[in-house]
Amino acid sequence: MAAMFPAGQIAIVVTQVNWFDSGKLSILIAAVLSIIIVLYTTYHRKSRKSYQVREIGGIKAVEEAVGRATEMARPLLFTPGWGGDIQRPTTIASMNFLSHVAEKTAQYDCSLVYPTHDPVIMTVAQEVARESYIRAGYPDRYREENITYVSSTQFGYAAAVDGMISRLKPASIFLLGTFEAESLILAETGNSVGAIQIAGTDSTIQLSFFIVACDYTLIGEELFAASGYLSGNRSILASVRAQDILKVIIISLLLLAVIWSTVNVLTGHAPQGWWSF
Amino acid sequence: MARRIPLAVCFLSGLVMFAVYFSSHPVAEVINLSVPIYWQIVFAFTLIIGVISYAKNNLNAIRRRQDRPYRMVSLLGFAAMPIAAAVWGIKADTPFIWIFENIQVPMQSTVFALLAFFVASASFRGFRARSLPAGVLLVTALLVLMSRTPLGNVIEYLPDAADWLREFPSMSARRAILVGIGLGSLTTSLRVIIGIERTWLGGEK
Repeated sequence: MAAMFPAGQIAIVVTQVNWFDSGKLSILIAAVLSIIIVLYTTYHRKSRKSYQVREIGGIKAVEEAVGRATEMARPLLFTPGWGGDIQRPTTIASMNFLSHVAEKTAQYDCSLVYPTHDPVIMTVAQEVARESYIRAGYPDRYREENITYVSSTQFGYAAAVDGMISRLKPASIFLLGTFEAESLILAETGNSVGAIQIAGTDSTIQLSFFIVACDYTLIGEELFAASGYLSGNRSILASVRAQDILKVIIISLLLLAVIWSTVNVLTGHAPQGWWSF
Repeated sequence: MARRIPLAVCFLSGLVMFAVYFSSHPVAEVINLSVPIYWQIVFAFTLIIGVISYAKNNLNAIRRRQDRPYRMVSLLGFAAMPIAAAVWGIKADTPFIWIFENIQVPMQSTVFALLAFFVASASFRGFRARSLPAGVLLVTALLVLMSRTPLGNVIEYLPDAADWLREFPSMSARRAILVGIGLGSLTTSLRVIIGIERTWLGGEK
């Protein structure tokens, strides 16, 4: 450095600051395209009218689950799992479910128990349930103490909810949210007390446990679609259509990639560029 | 106004985090690193709400004579840990660490160990070949299970067959579900950012 800049000279070093990470260009294009499609389906009046949601077993079973709990004079237990916090989309989707279930439990005068591992989720769930009870016209039936924080540790939470299931013997259990290793512990305990169980999660590993242990399982995007359907909000439901459009685009791109790759192998050309495999 | 301010904060935060993700500017990196720290601080404050709610609910239940023994044990543990930490500290060879290592950790391990029994009972129900899909599930599960036993060393192609099952049919189904989950998460997040989805505020109105 001393040789490059003799004494008496001032070296000016200019560092280039990158406002945009060019390595993420393809992600930006995909994200902007997805945002445009979601906004279009949500706000475009014509597209908001023309859609149909196929029947999902888990949605139809909600009424049955609340009715069963009412007939058996047992509580209904709803828990969002240990794996998520309030900013997780699955937790938000489960809140729409909770809103619908709480409205039904208010109408049927059935006890709703909601244990959670997160104080923020507890506060939001209390607000959601309170509004649902008010909307149903029975604010006096709302019990804040039933929507409770139990423990932030995974197996502390699992043990607490397991204990509740064993002691209260709920007639119906909703396991909707982000679950990890506690999923099977809760689902099997629910199964052992003979509860009707509706489950849904964004964890593919835990889905397999729910499928064998629960009566109804919302697989993958079904949880988000069901949440939109139950919310009754036409804008939310319309955005579900965006998922289908994006899915068609992804499937088309995958097919194109498979054909491209196959042709490359058959012709002996090594694939080059960003589309290479 | 009570709803508009949180909605505006949510929109701006969403916008900033979106922009930050695509930038390699030092300011963007600082924001990226700072957000989880601020989230931890916010969470620490919200924990106070949870702790108060927990104590209040348990005390009320004890007063109503509802599940008294369980509630008392819960409150005892709930009070013992912070007292032990405040009086003797949380260094090695203190009562806090002793309680943690000899009571809390074994109890958590016990609950985790229950999983082994539950996997067995769930597998028994899941693998009953009552239909063609259940039969396929049974055969594939048996193949994968056997490949992980010493039998896998005896039968030559068994580990390869199990690996193929896991890497191709199983993985493709898993990826299909993941695509759906990703799209669902994307639309839900966008609904929250643009303010259509307001459940996190406690409701629609």
